[in-house]
Amino acid sequence: MKTKLKISKQNVTKAILTLIMLVLAIIVVFPFMWMIVCSFKPLNELYEFPPRFISPNMSLDNYKEVLFGQNPSFLVYFKNTFITTIVCVIGTVFTSSMAGYAFAKLQFKGRDQLFLLYLVTMMVPFQVLMVPQFIQFKYMGIFNTLWALILPRLFTPLGTFLMRQFFLDVPTEIIEAGRVDGLGEFGIFYKLILPLAKPAVSTVVILNFVWRWNEYEAPLIFLTDSKLFTLTVGLTNFIDEAGFAMDHLIMAGTTIALIPMVVVFILGQKYFIEGLTSGSVKG
Amino acid sequence: MKKKKYNWEPYVFIAPNFIGFIIFIVLPVLFSLVISFTDFNIFNGFKGTSFVGLQNFIEMLKDEWFWAALKNNVIYTVVTIPVTMILSIVVATILNKAVYCKTLIRVMIFVPYIASVVAISVVWSMLFNPSQGIINQILMVLGVNNPPQWLGSMQWALPAIMIVGIWMTLGYNVIIYMSGLQSIPSSLYEAAQIDGASKLQEFRYITVPMLRNTTFFLLVTSIIASFQVFGTVNIMTNGGPGNSTTVLAHYIYVAGFRYYKMGYAASMAWFLLIAILIVTLLQWKVQKKHESNF
Repeated sequence: MKTKLKISKQNVTKAILTLIMLVLAIIVVFPFMWMIVCSFKPLNELYEFPPRFISPNMSLDNYKEVLFGQNPSFLVYFKNTFITTIVCVIGTVFTSSMAGYAFAKLQFKGRDQLFLLYLVTMMVPFQVLMVPQFIQFKYMGIFNTLWALILPRLFTPLGTFLMRQFFLDVPTEIIEAGRVDGLGEFGIFYKLILPLAKPAVSTVVILNFVWRWNEYEAPLIFLTDSKLFTLTVGLTNFIDEAGFAMDHLIMAGTTIALIPMVVVFILGQKYFIEGLTSGSVKG
Repeated sequence: MKKKKYNWEPYVFIAPNFIGFIIFIVLPVLFSLVISFTDFNIFNGFKGTSFVGLQNFIEMLKDEWFWAALKNNVIYTVVTIPVTMILSIVVATILNKAVYCKTLIRVMIFVPYIASVVAISVVWSMLFNPSQGIINQILMVLGVNNPPQWLGSMQWALPAIMIVGIWMTLGYNVIIYMSGLQSIPSSLYEAAQIDGASKLQEFRYITVPMLRNTTFFLLVTSIIASFQVFGTVNIMTNGGPGNSTTVLAHYIYVAGFRYYKMGYAASMAWFLLIAILIVTLLQWKVQKKHESNF
């Protein structure tokens, strides 16, 4: 009888703690919930009090207006963001898995010094790069093109670092077995090593997908033509032009921009969290 | 077994990455250092540019806006980081052991990390609206007669930005702490229970000290990130009212791309880089010292 009581007391504490944590979690997601609610409401209901989560006047009108009524349409921003993100992600996976493999498993002159240089540059803030890159892109003729977003992001020191950390744990016997079988270095990499690296590749893909999709400062500086804008600068541009009197449309646009991230996050949650933590635990 | 001698293959593996690395990171970093000693601006081009020695750095010391940006940034760092870290170590500890629906709560807290800073700033601007925003309406219901004007007020704009900053980074910190908690051997807690330690004592004498490395990691990455905070400021307040919310990254952007004083922007960016390097080195030293004590 006594132990039973004790267990239930523990359960009560657990339930109370769960409740407190749930309240905190709801406070954290509340701004997003409110954003979604507002994206369906007409403007005059956005600021009423008490706030209503359901209203009879909710409709898809804001979405229609944002997607089809604006010039340039959000579909254009969507397309630009999508192209940039996909090209960057594929490029990063390609360059960082190859370089990461070389840093981890191949011997060559100056390898460790070079890797140290990579590590140091991971600390360089974008603020240092943006002025020289701006000038560089003007002279290269890629200023105000999507290439200005894509080219500098086709490889990332952090991606290289993550891939190297993974390849360090791959047993060297596999590589030697490949050699015995008569595979060349590239065959070994492509046929034996890369298939093993699926988790690391997934991590690099997902992290880069989110970072590139949400990139704000680079497109703000390197793009001037609104037809080339990505979702982030497209949204701020929209706000600058419309002012906050268009809050209902802004909320619809913001929601649209967020949807792909939520999908990616739900699909790849495991790799996402692994990627974020592997840098801290191993690094 | 004889060690395999490599000739050209490793260089082919490195090449695609290395070429990009040199062109888009190493060269710009060096270039940026050169620019910081010039009066470069985009209208004059290189022909109209001359070396001005340390003049940019001297101007920086005399520039009231630079000092305001530095001051605001230090306040931002000193307030948001301890608050976020204390909150997240507590939340992580509770989530790790003592709750139902752990995964759901963790995912919910993490959501801000995957949203763009634009979405976040836009939504919070609406919530912070002084007369009609939800936050002030709730405050008024709670009996606060003159709620803060938030983004429109010299006093409250920076706190508002800081609230968003804490909210944004909480989930990431919780996730990192939770993974740190996995590596604490449960035998330590079992031993403490045998000795009759309370939950609070366990937290104080086992959890916190055992998470020291995680805390170090988070501290350094958070300080570095807080020195680069830009999006929330640029979108929510644009550094204002006055210079009450301008921060280093924002002022560098304004100097370089609104006033086109690119030489000046580059020298401030180098100031930022050196500050980041100092923080990293300090952390590295402190951590080494700590490790040798055990």
